[in-house]
Amino acid sequence: MAEPALEARALRKQFGPKLAVRDLTLSVARGEVFGFLGPNGAGKTTSVKMLLGLVRPSGGGARLLGAPIGRPRARAQVGYLPEHFAFHEWLRGRELLRFHGRLLGLERGALEASIDCLLRRVELLEAGERCLREYSKGMKQRIGLAQALLGEPELVFLDEPTSGLDPLGRLLVRDVIRELKARGTTVFLNSHLLSEVEVTCDRVAFVKDGSVVQERMLGAEERELELELRLARAPAEVIAGLARFGSSLAQEGERVRLRVSDERVLPELSLWLAAQGVGLYHLAARRRSLEEIFLEVVG
Amino acid sequence: MRAVFTVAHLTLAEARRRRILSAALLLGSAFVALFGVGLHFVAREIPTHGSPAQQRFTLSFVVMAALYAANFLIVMTSVLVTIDTLSGEIASGVIEALCTKPVPRWAVATGKWLGCWAILALCATLLCGGVLAVARLVAGYTPPNTARGLPLLLLEGTVLMTLALAGGTRLSTLANGITVFGLYGLAFIGGWMEQIGTFAGNAAARYIGISASLLVPSESLWQLASHHMQPPLVRDLGIGPFAPVSVPSPAMVGWAVGYVVLMLALALHLFRTRDL
Repeated sequence: MAEPALEARALRKQFGPKLAVRDLTLSVARGEVFGFLGPNGAGKTTSVKMLLGLVRPSGGGARLLGAPIGRPRARAQVGYLPEHFAFHEWLRGRELLRFHGRLLGLERGALEASIDCLLRRVELLEAGERCLREYSKGMKQRIGLAQALLGEPELVFLDEPTSGLDPLGRLLVRDVIRELKARGTTVFLNSHLLSEVEVTCDRVAFVKDGSVVQERMLGAEERELELELRLARAPAEVIAGLARFGSSLAQEGERVRLRVSDERVLPELSLWLAAQGVGLYHLAARRRSLEEIFLEVVG
Repeated sequence: MRAVFTVAHLTLAEARRRRILSAALLLGSAFVALFGVGLHFVAREIPTHGSPAQQRFTLSFVVMAALYAANFLIVMTSVLVTIDTLSGEIASGVIEALCTKPVPRWAVATGKWLGCWAILALCATLLCGGVLAVARLVAGYTPPNTARGLPLLLLEGTVLMTLALAGGTRLSTLANGITVFGLYGLAFIGGWMEQIGTFAGNAAARYIGISASLLVPSESLWQLASHHMQPPLVRDLGIGPFAPVSVPSPAMVGWAVGYVVLMLALALHLFRTRDL
């Protein structure tokens, strides 16, 4: 079995009396697009900074691509777009990428080719000769993304990559993430835009108070269905009996809500109701959105 | 080492692009030009006044005054160039994208130090070299022992520059500036206390001065440089404001070099162990 791209065990960070990260334990497989979700102050950014060696953990440990965090070797094949990407504004776009490419140890010829390719990919080829102080917020975010992709890293951390981007820019980021996934690159995505996470991530972890409280796959088949039924004159024991098909059973007059794990339950459920002599007048099934799950888990 | 030179190159490029270098070169040139004009008029009057020894003393005084001013500008440059280089990038977050590259933090800090030192050396060469060249061309005078004196001025700048780099690893830019200039002020007044204490035979004042010099050896280096570059008669008699009565020992140079090494090691350690 291949070593995970990222593996954290009981990672902890304490700033004075404040415990920012209580116990971060998670594993991200190679090639996976992983969403890291949580409310403000949950410890997401501190966790990412610990993984990247910017913040020293108070306890626990982690490995990136097999190397212990904190060592330069662990970051050799890692790209990072910080939440608020700041840079030397007096540099030109192309110069910024050249500087970061040199720090990555890329050879001149390969670096220049890579810079052209990345500037084209983030639609900044013409703006590459302009000073960064002249860039708009969205352009700055895109040059930051290009910087994170230099050297074709095996693992990319994107902290709020769509922050400040217009819908076209967000689409560009989404496409880039898909391309990375197709190439086998692992993506660690930290975002508040749950709709973005929903369409790009394979799996998410919910973080609350500095700990991972839940992890789940995001494929359509992996998500529970929310059912709404309208039943006529259903006895209380029949309503209670619906619990055998799922969870979170709730009744409001004739309407009954129920959460089921699989749509294959539906025919069985309708047959059972018919057998009980209860009329089924309405049955609606829908997948729960990531936002609903998020609110339930961390709300 | 490649990362060190890459960061040093970036630091130099920043100084050039943000017109720090051009401002320093322009004002440095203006300083040398003004000194040249002043010296021209002084030198024109000198043959009519006093003995050759007095004439030599006058020229030495004017050149040492220019070197004293140059020394002050070197001190300012060394601190101002370095003060924001780490603390500013830490505060703005620029450092994050740098320090997540596969380079050790010591390489980033050393590269910054090297880049700032190159700017300092350039400014020191322009100012001191300009003063000496003008003195030679306009008045035909060259202070003695410049090969011993001028490196001490560069070492003085290096001491303060390294102190500012170390402060910048943990302090904000403003707090760092106040701290470094405050320490320079302590060393400056300590140097004068040492001179006055020696002149007046007051051991307590002298020891206070020596202690201040050990804390920050900047003023001692100027006094030693000034001592070397005086004409022998002025040096031996200890006359004039630029001839120290208490001459710092050569061991102070060793301490200053060690101080730079220690401060740089401290800066690297503090930067390596801090959260960004």
